[in-house]
Parts: sequence; C-alpha cells; structure tokens
Amino acid sequence: MQLIYEKSVAGRTGVRIPLSDVPKADPFPEELRRQEAAALPEVSELDLVRHYTNLSRRNFSVDTNFYPLGSCTMKYNAKIMEDVAALFSDCHPMLALIPGGEQLVQGPLSLIHGLEQQLAEITGMDEVTTQPLAGAHGEMTGIMVIAAYHKARGENRKYVIVPDSSHGTNPASAAMAGYEIVTIPTAPYGDMDLDAYRAAMNGEVAAVMMTCPNTLGLFNPYVAEICAIAHDAGALTYYDGANLNAIMGKVRPGDVGFDVIHVNLHKTFGTPHGGGGPGSGPVGVKAGLIPYLPTPRVVKKDDGSFSVEAHPEGIGRVSDFFGNFGIMARAFGYITLLGGEGLIEVSEQAVLNANYMMARLKSEYDLPFDTTCMHECVFSASRQVKDGVHAIDIAKYLIDRGFHPPTVYFPLNVKEAIMIEPTETESKETMDAFIAVMLEAAQVARSNPAALHEAPLNMPVGRLDETRAARAQQVCCEQ
Amino acid sequence: MGYCPNTPEEIREMLAVIGAGSVEDLFAPIPQELRAKSFELPAGMSEFELLAVMRSKAAAGGTDIVPFIGGGIYDHIIPAAVGHLSSRAEFYTAYTPYQPECSQGTLQALYEYQSAICRLTGLEASNGSLYDGGTALAEAALMALRVTGRNAIVLDASVNPLHREVVCEYLGSLSARVEQVEPKGCESDLERLIGSITGETAAVMVQNPNFFGSVHDFTALAAKVHEQGALLIVSCYPIALGLVKSPGEMGADIAVGEGQSLGNTLSFGGPYFGFISTRKRLIRNLPGRIVGETVDKEGRRGYVLTLQAREQHIKRHKATSNICSNQSLCALRGLMFVAALGKRGFEELAGLNFDKAQYAKSLFSGIKGVSVLNGEATFNEFTLSLPKGAAGVVQSLLSSGVAAGVPLGAYYDGMDNALVVTVTEKRTRAEIDRLATLLEEALCN
Repeated sequence: MQLIYEKSVAGRTGVRIPLSDVPKADPFPEELRRQEAAALPEVSELDLVRHYTNLSRRNFSVDTNFYPLGSCTMKYNAKIMEDVAALFSDCHPMLALIPGGEQLVQGPLSLIHGLEQQLAEITGMDEVTTQPLAGAHGEMTGIMVIAAYHKARGENRKYVIVPDSSHGTNPASAAMAGYEIVTIPTAPYGDMDLDAYRAAMNGEVAAVMMTCPNTLGLFNPYVAEICAIAHDAGALTYYDGANLNAIMGKVRPGDVGFDVIHVNLHKTFGTPHGGGGPGSGPVGVKAGLIPYLPTPRVVKKDDGSFSVEAHPEGIGRVSDFFGNFGIMARAFGYITLLGGEGLIEVSEQAVLNANYMMARLKSEYDLPFDTTCMHECVFSASRQVKDGVHAIDIAKYLIDRGFHPPTVYFPLNVKEAIMIEPTETESKETMDAFIAVMLEAAQVARSNPAALHEAPLNMPVGRLDETRAARAQQVCCEQ
Repeated sequence: MGYCPNTPEEIREMLAVIGAGSVEDLFAPIPQELRAKSFELPAGMSEFELLAVMRSKAAAGGTDIVPFIGGGIYDHIIPAAVGHLSSRAEFYTAYTPYQPECSQGTLQALYEYQSAICRLTGLEASNGSLYDGGTALAEAALMALRVTGRNAIVLDASVNPLHREVVCEYLGSLSARVEQVEPKGCESDLERLIGSITGETAAVMVQNPNFFGSVHDFTALAAKVHEQGALLIVSCYPIALGLVKSPGEMGADIAVGEGQSLGNTLSFGGPYFGFISTRKRLIRNLPGRIVGETVDKEGRRGYVLTLQAREQHIKRHKATSNICSNQSLCALRGLMFVAALGKRGFEELAGLNFDKAQYAKSLFSGIKGVSVLNGEATFNEFTLSLPKGAAGVVQSLLSSGVAAGVPLGAYYDGMDNALVVTVTEKRTRAEIDRLATLLEEALCN
C-alpha cells in the first residue's frame, strides 16, 4: 500500500481550521520563523479516511482474531469502557495544579483514589500510585522507591536479583534505577534455583524481582521462602504483576511477603493495547514504603474531599501528571463492573482455558514443564525442529489460518518456546478451532515441512527481510 | 460477569479433558497458606449502572471552565476523523507488532508517524513514541550520556518545571549531575548556559517556546555546544513547529516533546505521547521501538520493528531503555491529526494561535498595572506581570468559570505576580475579551 505521503497532491487541503475572529497580528519575526513548511501530507478528508481504514484492515486484533500472545493477556476490551474514558476527554490536568483548581476536579481525583484503593485490596498492598505510564515504567518506579528506602536507612546496596526467566524489562528497569543485575538460573522445578539464589543473597542486595506465576505460567511454591530469604538479608521483594490475571482473589502478593508491586492495567484489567500502548503500570507498596512513593499524592481529606499534595520524603515525579488517566478510568470501570466475584471468575476461567489448551496440545508439542499451569502454558517446538520446522514457522502458518500467533522464543530459558495465553474471554469453540490448526501444523511439519517455511502466503506481505531493514535504517520516508 | 463465555456444560467438558475434578483443583499448585487473606470488593454492576457512576464523576471534572492554561498540555481542535479512525478496533485492540505480516497496519502507520515527526522537527530518525513530554526529555538526557560517555547535563530552568522534575528523578538514579541554569527574566540565559558547559557535559537542554512562552533561536547555542563535544537537546511544542524554526534548522542533535497537542484529548493528564527524533548517525542510541522499511521475498515493500538489538527484550540490562509498551495509539492520533490538517492547514493553525495570542497579549497589557514580561517574541503563550499575587487572581477568577493562566510563584522564586497565559485557536474573541474584563475587575479590587 502507498504511504500517505505518496498520496499527497500539492495544494490539496484537508480539514478546515476555525475561522479567525481576531485581527491579523504583525508578522512573526523572520529570524525565529521556520524557513520551510514541514512536508506534511496534502490529502482530502476522504483520502485520509480511506487510507487509514484500509491500513487498519492489515492488522490482526482482538476484535477480529484470536490473539493468544503469551505474557500479554490479550483479553476482550469491553466497549463500554471506551465510552467511560471519553467522558473525561475535556478535563485539563493543569486545573488540578493551579490554586483553587482541585475543587473543580473532584470527580477525576476521586476516580484516581478509588482505583488506588481497588488495586490495594486486589494485591494486598497498603498504598498505590498511578503515576507510572506502563509496566516497565512501574518497575523502574518501584525500584526507585526501594532505592529511596535503603538510602533513608543509610544503606548503599548495589544489586538487584532477577531470575533468568524474567521479562527483559525487569533487569532493564533495575539498571535504569542505578543497580547492577544478578541473574539466577532456572532449576528443574521450573523457577529460580533456590540454592543459587541463597548464595547470591547478601547485605549488598537491594531487592529481588519475581514474576508469579512466572513466564512459564507456573506458580512458584517457594515464593514465601524466597521473600523470607530476602527479608533476612535486609533486601526488599518486588512483584512483577504481568501475570496477575491468573490469581485474582486466590493469592495477594502483599499477603505472601512482597513489599512492592506493579500491575499492568492493560493486561489484567481489560484496557486495550493500542497497537503497542498506551498501557498503565500503577505501583503498590507496603506501609513502610509509603513515604517513598513519588510526589505528588492524591489524598482523601477528613471532609471526604480530595487534594493533590506534595509528598516530601518521596521520590520525585516519574511522569508529568497522574498517570495515563484514560487507561485508569477504563480499569476503574472494569473492576467496578466486574466486582470481586467477577474478578475471581476471570482468574478461574483464564486458568481453565490455559489448562485446556495445554491438555489438548501436549500430544503433538513438547511440554518442558508438564504440570498444571496457571493462565498460560509454554510449549517447545523442539520435536518439530527434527523435521526442520521452527517455532517461527508454526507462527507464520497460524497467521495464514487467521490466528495471531502465540509469543514465540520467549521465555528465553525454553528453546523454541511457544507461549500460549488464551485468556478468560475466549470460548471453547474458538480454542478448539485454534487447537485444530496447531495440530494440523504439527502434521504438516512431518509431511511437508517446506510448506511451513513458505508461510504466510495469504497476507499482504510474506516474511520480511529483517536484516535488510536493520542495515538500511530506513526509518522515515524521503521527502 | 467477566465477559467469560463458557457455559457450565462446556466447563465440565474442558475439566474432563484436563482430568481435573473442578476449577478449584487447578489452583492446587498454590499452597493453602499462601491464599488471599482478604478480597473485599463490592459486588459488580451492569454497564448501564456503571455509566451513571462515571457520568457523575466526569460531571465534577471542571470541563465547564474556559482554559487559558497550558503547562505543556493544550486545548486544541481535534478533527472528527482522528477520533473515528483511531477508534478502528483493528488499531486499538492489537498489540506491539511482533508478527509483521499480520501487523502491517500498525507498522506502516508508525512508519508514517516517524516520518511526520522527522519532518516537523527537521531531523532524520524518530522512534515509534515514548510515554510523555517529561519522560521523553529524560530519555533524551540518558541518550546523550550514552553517546558522549559523559555524566552531566546542563538544563535550562525555563524548561517546563514538571519535565525538569522527571529529568532530575531519572538522572539522580544514575548519579548523573544536572546543573540547572536560571533564566534571565523570561528568557533563557544563553551566556550562562554556554558558560556552564564543562568537559563532563553530555548535553544542554532547552525548550522552545520556553515555559514562559518566549521563542528563541538556538542556532548560535548549538554551535557553542558542539564546540565542546556536547549535544543540544531541544524540547518543542509541536503546534508551534508550524511557525517557529525547527530544532533541526537550529542544529539540534535531539528533539523531544509532548505530543498531546497533536490530536489527543486533555483526558486529565493522559494518555498522551512523547516524541523523540535525532540525527541518523545517532539512531542506534535511540530508546524504544523503531519501525523500518524492508521487502519480502517477492520484493513487496513492508515494515518491521528494526534495530531491536538496542531493546530490553534482547539486551536486558544493557538495553538503551527499559521501555516496552509505548503510547502507540496516541502517536497514531498524532499522525492522523497532521495528515487531516495537511501541510497548509498545519501552518494556518499555528498562525491562528499566534494571532489570537497576540490579540490577547495586547489587550491584557493595556490593563492598568499589567505588563508583558517576555523580552522575545512569543507564540501562543506569554507571561504577564500583575500588580498583585497571581495565585489569588487565578483562584478568584475560577468562580467566574475561567482558568486565567498558570501562576509562576510555585515554580520560580520571586515570580509570585507572574502569570503564564495560553491562548489556543479554540479561545474565541468573546472569551478573550471577557478574561480582559475579569482581570481588570480582579486587579482593581
């Protein structure tokens, strides 16, 4: 398809801007003026609409395709939440920061406070900040809070421990917060090697970051022990909430011994993923860490009203305002609509769907950890590799058959990983259709492996040359 | 309740395939002593009741106030097509385009977005978005540290104070030094900025127009910064780029900014997007996702996520940034906004902002005791000196339904009487005239 710039015709105009009702000003000073207008597209409104409508049709999405992308929780995004978020479109955030303004924004402030309370109860933490704008941003914020805690105690700890199965964001976020990383290998039981962990834990460790269930979809039975070992050494414990969808109402990280968590509103709480974002990554902490949350805080006063207050001992601002409010409004709506019972049902059905998927596919695909899984299951294409077929080939075959592929080649500690997260919003029929194609792919891998190497054939483009892209570095179109 | 479709009969069938007696059995791997001690949430409701709850919250959202406030976030027009097209579920219910063959919609749109940012800022390489204006500025600072191998930043204090707080938080974590240079009145103090550069300075960071609304030409500053082996980072307001010299034209190495004004609603602070662009030679130091052009085996053009070896999912703690999810949908709205207005419309919009603000500026500066503090030209914001405390004036005018501006006393010493007023194209002459009357009344009393 042509680029919008290639559809541009000099002199064609798009949407009209408002008419001026003021006199023309004296000219803007020449020396400060832009020399040449930016070469933006010149298209009609219909050109624009047709271009982006047709472009949208070149995407798979939750609303059009089953999208079992492991670790991303691609559940259905309820339409009502779009309407709910739109109610706040015209609320200016600076209104909350000018004198007297907070009285005029009590509604949005009450929503922020309400969401913080919901999330605290769901996760078993004492207070929550909504400032972080995505999961990784939440991780970084959480580790900064931990750093502030140690600093306040006069300690200068240097290391953060992460398991090798963690998301790449964990070590990257801890590094941005100023820490060196210690990586612990996975033991045969499917999670962090406890002996190696014990050996690595000492008075120089600031925190251990855990994802539970982990990226293999397994609940770590030693998680309380892992927390206790950290606490004994004066270190804190960080819970990566990427997989919270598995355990709502069953386990609360705060009860188990975690000090700091982040949750991904765009995963667990049903907000749309936007083609890569916006997400939202609120951070919750136990009471002892409340002083170190980022400034400012939304505070409920004795008279029931809400104010925005500086948080003097806390870390500084990690984003410009109160977080991705539109995403927070959707999540608040989701939790309010589902209620406690609804959230429990979410986790139960998510786990049921994943175990069904696992049970139906393990005849044809290697299952490195053959045990009851939580919300996702991780297979390996190692059996298919013997016929020259790799996880990527199976993924591309699925695309031809109308399914978004699972996550492949992650987690890194499983060779040829195929990570499937169906989520609770998918029906048995949808999963059965997917399973049938997965089983068929395994057959084709044996009978005609070359066919899988050619896939996909039914899409606007076939497999793209990534090496060429990296070499050419063509990241914006020539004028 | 939770949008879960399976019937009790289907659930029984699935459990039979699994070989489990009940759903609860599937949670057996979780030891009993680790089970939740509490889960006290109210019962759920239907979407109809929810809408009523949310309407009452939104009604107390200050949306009837006429905003002459900016602070980096601006009340601009949004063409209807932007909302409708970005609400295509194929865009908003997809995720990061890891599988390019079934994600060409998102990938091509992001490539077009990157191209728009490059063209607006006059630079050569953009990523697919960052979180917001403040974090984009912080990421630019970290990028400069990587590029130069140095450990300090010179930061013009006329940069948005909220953005500066974010920069200080990010850089403080890495023990990098931030030296802030106070402005001279409402203008960047170019001499002191240059004088503050040392052999350890990775970058000088400025904003155009600055927080007071003053527009500068940083071309000479760029040359001085480069002489010392440092980078120039310019934070810019994209709507102003329809009129004002671009960072690229000034010789900047990195441009960043808050993208909200390009087609994103105010939405009480987000979601918006941060943008970042740079020279092609620095592309490998960019944070976040980048879309690049390539071809398939048949030679058909297509787009992929590229240069991923910079990113956290490959490089882990050695990545250029921890960012994973970005603000893709907001960036898409930004692209649709500039495409809807087009080359000429975008210029006209900037011109209209300038005209309206100039009208307001001359009107307000005619009020007794009021003067304009900006020594340089302004775009759509300017700073007034009032004969009394700006905070009290702003607070009193809220009851008349107007947010008159952002008082500077909370952000700058000795500026208690200073007020930054923003006038976008959406402010009508009648609204401007009314604010003049209200200011006059408030200042007489």
